[in-house]
Amino acid sequence: MATVKIPPVLRAQTGGEAEVDAPGATVGGVLRALAQAHPGTEKQLFSPDGDLNRYVNVYLNDEDVRVLDGLDTAVTDADTIVILPAMAGGS
Amino acid sequence: MATTEPIELVKSRIEQLDPADARDELSRGDSVLIDTREQHEWDEAHLEDATLVPPASVAERIQDVVPDRSQRVLLYCATGNRSARAADVLESELGYENTASVAGGIVAWQEAGLPVVEPEGMTKDQRMRYSRHTLLPEVGVEGQVKLLNARVLLLGAGGLGSPAALYLAAAGIGTLGLVDDDEVEESNLQRQVIHTTERVGTPKTESARLSIAELNPDVEVVEHRTRLAADNILEIIEDYDVIIDGADNFPTRYLLNDASVRLRKPVVSASILAFDGQLSTFVPYEGPCYRCLYPTPPPPELAPSCGAAGVLGVMAGVMGLLQANEVIKLVAGIGEPLIGRLLLYDSLGTRFTELKVKRDPECPICGEDAPEIPESEMGRFPDYDAFCAGTAVG
Repeated sequence: MATVKIPPVLRAQTGGEAEVDAPGATVGGVLRALAQAHPGTEKQLFSPDGDLNRYVNVYLNDEDVRVLDGLDTAVTDADTIVILPAMAGGS
Repeated sequence: MATTEPIELVKSRIEQLDPADARDELSRGDSVLIDTREQHEWDEAHLEDATLVPPASVAERIQDVVPDRSQRVLLYCATGNRSARAADVLESELGYENTASVAGGIVAWQEAGLPVVEPEGMTKDQRMRYSRHTLLPEVGVEGQVKLLNARVLLLGAGGLGSPAALYLAAAGIGTLGLVDDDEVEESNLQRQVIHTTERVGTPKTESARLSIAELNPDVEVVEHRTRLAADNILEIIEDYDVIIDGADNFPTRYLLNDASVRLRKPVVSASILAFDGQLSTFVPYEGPCYRCLYPTPPPPELAPSCGAAGVLGVMAGVMGLLQANEVIKLVAGIGEPLIGRLLLYDSLGTRFTELKVKRDPECPICGEDAPEIPESEMGRFPDYDAFCAGTAVG
């Protein structure tokens, strides 16, 4: 299973876990499996029509999936998916 | 070259002169003076009328520089060791008849109060102060002079701005602009290390200016006791070469991005929260801009402030200093800045992750079809507060 890195702001919804393994053959599949296992993440990741929210960046290893095949990007067990919302804190 | 022979043995075979005697001999005008150090050492300081012949090229070049092997040759280096070996090689292997090495090298020469040729652009005090920089071949005198002539703006004299400002001041950045309209509060002191307990209640820009003055009087501090807004941002950032973004909210970050792309100012941007930090360097049109990376801000519940969620004090230090490092590389033109790369730091695990960031061809700010801003519209910006508030639709 691929590993999903959970950003700090979402860890409350994954029981505090910073890394979660989830099954799926595509990025979308893995993220939906994650949302099923941890329902609190569903709204943060997906818009009502099932697309990835624009304010969440998702990376397959180090590439933004938007430059790959988006949610249809293929995933293997060796891959890491990084979920990255923007942070503004500076002070 | 018999470089593995003990230096004392080499020195016992050659003539050595102490600096004062060398100086007397040179003033009589019959000797050729050779500097056997490296280029960046020469740039730092050298003796008048010397010719630089680095050690590795002595055998090759000396015959071009001094064709007459009976000519009297004086050699010097930093402390007298390389020049001793060079003198030995000249005599024992290359047939030179009349050489001597300056005992103690240019260090002893300067300690004896004898004059050296100083590089352009730096005073004697500055050469002392920044010697650990100029010793680095990648920086050298040339790089240090660039730092001394640079103008860097720090957006925020708080968590990120504090350590960045201190280290940029230490590095000799000539002008540091600080934008902050807050006053020092006690809860700041857990991480905003440029401020002090005594200065709680003081405007942050003033407090920062005082610390910087104590550390490095070479640095000019310009206080901008204001918030960046659409009506002042262009005027403020125009005067600077690089901007450090240490803002604490999204509207300001988007506004800064818009303005910095318009004026083609590089921005080194970082953010911190709890135990995590992010860092990237945005150079307009060379790499992505902030909007390419984050086309839309997250809703408030996904972006708490440090005041709400907390932040480990050292995070400000780590990320602020990484920002300062980026600035120094941009100004001195060395190394590889984080253009097109986003660095994530997780302090709990002590892990760095790097993600690739690409320019978005459809970016409304720096994309190919982004509208050209006419002069009349230059000072007008979208309402980023509204932009950030209305984030339900992408």
